[in-house]
Amino acid sequence: MAGQPRLSTGPLWLRALPLMWAALLAMAMASLLARLYGQSPLAMYRLLLAGTWGSVYGIGQVLFKATPLVCTGLSVAVALRAGLFNVGAEGQLIVGALATALCGAYLPAATPSLVAIPLCLLFGFVAGGLLGTFVGLCKWLCRAHEVIVTILCNFIVRAAMVGVGGYLFLKESVHTAPVIAASRLPRLSVLFPQLHGSAVNAALLLAILLAVAVELFLRRTRLGFALRVVGQNPEAAAAAGLHLGRVRTLALALSGGLAGLGGANFVLGYKYYYEDGFSSGIGYLGIAVAVLAHNRPLWLLLSALFFGTLAQGGLAVNAVVPRELIDVLSATVILAVATASAEVKRLLPRFALDPAKAEPPPRVPPPHEPFPRSKPDPTESVPPPLVEPKPSPPVAWVER
Amino acid sequence: MDSFALLGLLWAILRIAVPYVMATLGGTVCERAGVINIALEGILLLSALGTALGAPYGVTAALASGIAAGVATALLYGLLVVVFRGDQIVCGVAIFMLADGLSRFLLKVVFGSTSNSPRLDALAGQGPLWLLGLAGLATLLVHGMLSYSVLGLRLRAVGDKPEAAQALSVSVLQVRLWAVGLSGLLVSLGGIYLVFEQRQFVALMSGGRGFLALAAMIFGGWQPLWGAAAALLFAAAEAIGIFLQARGLHIPNWLLQSVPYVLTLLTLMLRGLLGKRQSAAPLALGIPRL
Repeated sequence: MAGQPRLSTGPLWLRALPLMWAALLAMAMASLLARLYGQSPLAMYRLLLAGTWGSVYGIGQVLFKATPLVCTGLSVAVALRAGLFNVGAEGQLIVGALATALCGAYLPAATPSLVAIPLCLLFGFVAGGLLGTFVGLCKWLCRAHEVIVTILCNFIVRAAMVGVGGYLFLKESVHTAPVIAASRLPRLSVLFPQLHGSAVNAALLLAILLAVAVELFLRRTRLGFALRVVGQNPEAAAAAGLHLGRVRTLALALSGGLAGLGGANFVLGYKYYYEDGFSSGIGYLGIAVAVLAHNRPLWLLLSALFFGTLAQGGLAVNAVVPRELIDVLSATVILAVATASAEVKRLLPRFALDPAKAEPPPRVPPPHEPFPRSKPDPTESVPPPLVEPKPSPPVAWVER
Repeated sequence: MDSFALLGLLWAILRIAVPYVMATLGGTVCERAGVINIALEGILLLSALGTALGAPYGVTAALASGIAAGVATALLYGLLVVVFRGDQIVCGVAIFMLADGLSRFLLKVVFGSTSNSPRLDALAGQGPLWLLGLAGLATLLVHGMLSYSVLGLRLRAVGDKPEAAQALSVSVLQVRLWAVGLSGLLVSLGGIYLVFEQRQFVALMSGGRGFLALAAMIFGGWQPLWGAAAALLFAAAEAIGIFLQARGLHIPNWLLQSVPYVLTLLTLMLRGLLGKRQSAAPLALGIPRL
């Protein structure tokens, strides 16, 4: 939204308010539902903790569940930073996972790991990215709202998988042929024998690297900056010569690709094949992960850990309460954070550390000037006039 | 093709169209007041659940609890986005996730299964015929309300220029809450219809109808009559697919299921490519304001 103060300018306690509110509301909701089911909330919480952080195996499973959430969360977050809401992470994840699995299965068995694993990941990224690009093109050329297009894509992908599965899946099963041994990611139990039996694998490390890379991309690169400017103030971005359609399409392509990478955890690290229905809402949960982390890639790691705990905890408490309780909790967290953030933003001007910093509009340099890397020049506090600039260097996403 | 089969097809189109039309009307009312309503799907789902939960106590109870559930969900959404000004799209999607989780949870609590309810015998013999009539009537009523009544004028003013409405001492907040509530009422009739026709509640039984209705609303240019026509078009695509399959043409099931979504996507793209440069969307759509 144009011209809204950013939450990151407030003091820490103010920024933490939405999180505390969400935690409070989610716990109240969980207790209420547990009571409704005739179970004691305390016993449920105890079971949830014991099943997740209570044992090394539990921790391993939490990390395993959190891994794809990092990818889908990053996917949603990158799009949101560009002012776009990608609800299609679910479909992109499925397409990416299928591409990863097919690439891994059809590679010659003698391919070295150093080639096979990146190639499989690339296939997943490209497949998800293509779906994201399609959404971006729909928005750019057909002015169709990305939320509706992505939701429709999710439904179409789900239906199409049934059809495609008829040709690709092994006989009498709902999964593809297994990937070659060289493309498999090692389990972390190789390094830490205590984790034995847990499915957590090297994809976790890749996901952490991915989050750092996305953070650097958003902070340090020209495209990342362009993406954030378009997200915060499209009018200013357009006036400064950024091509909204191209930047948005690129953002959605990247977003789709990130979601597509999420399949690697399951395909290359756990089952070694694509299985119908493996995603079970990981894409939708990515929305919750991104919203809770305020779209910051590094905070997102913690947020994914939280929802990973809930996902694994759902299995742990399934004996006493239905694990659908966890879906209700995730939705509650999103609603609480989304509404509380809006309220806190309204309070910001009163509590902002530095009133000047609370004023939101980002300074958009005209295209002939390099984008500022760290701090804007203090001598240039007045935004430059938005007149037609002199010839600018040809850059892919800049329209003159 | 004999005329009897053709009549059957028309009847099938009308029957399939009811939830689409009601959701489209609900979306139109809400969005003309400036509130994006991605929550339609969630409202549809929870009103269907409410109907199923009330069904064992009789038809009236089913109706009442269906409407209550739908309106309550809509008002919760209204509270979050109108009063607390949460992001309308994020909250809308979250309401859908909430509805999905809550409906499975409550199904387990009440009927002991997370996927579907048993057959609801109390609803037997309750033909959805009168609901079909009600949907037609509602289309005309919503059109009349939006175009010719004081409430409609205020609603459109709040959706297009809330500053102007406020200057004339129309409470933006109140009108928007009324609009969201009314949209909940309209959509819940669609949810009730779903359960009355299938005599059962199945998890995710709304099957994306709420989202397709949003597309129908956009395709209809935020006009109730055109929106209802677009909803009929989507329903016709679905009905014709089933009709052809029933007449022996071999269409794989998955292809049949994806037809409404693909068709919706195509209409959205075509409209964007061929339509006017100026969007027909309400001017203040999605902008929270007090």
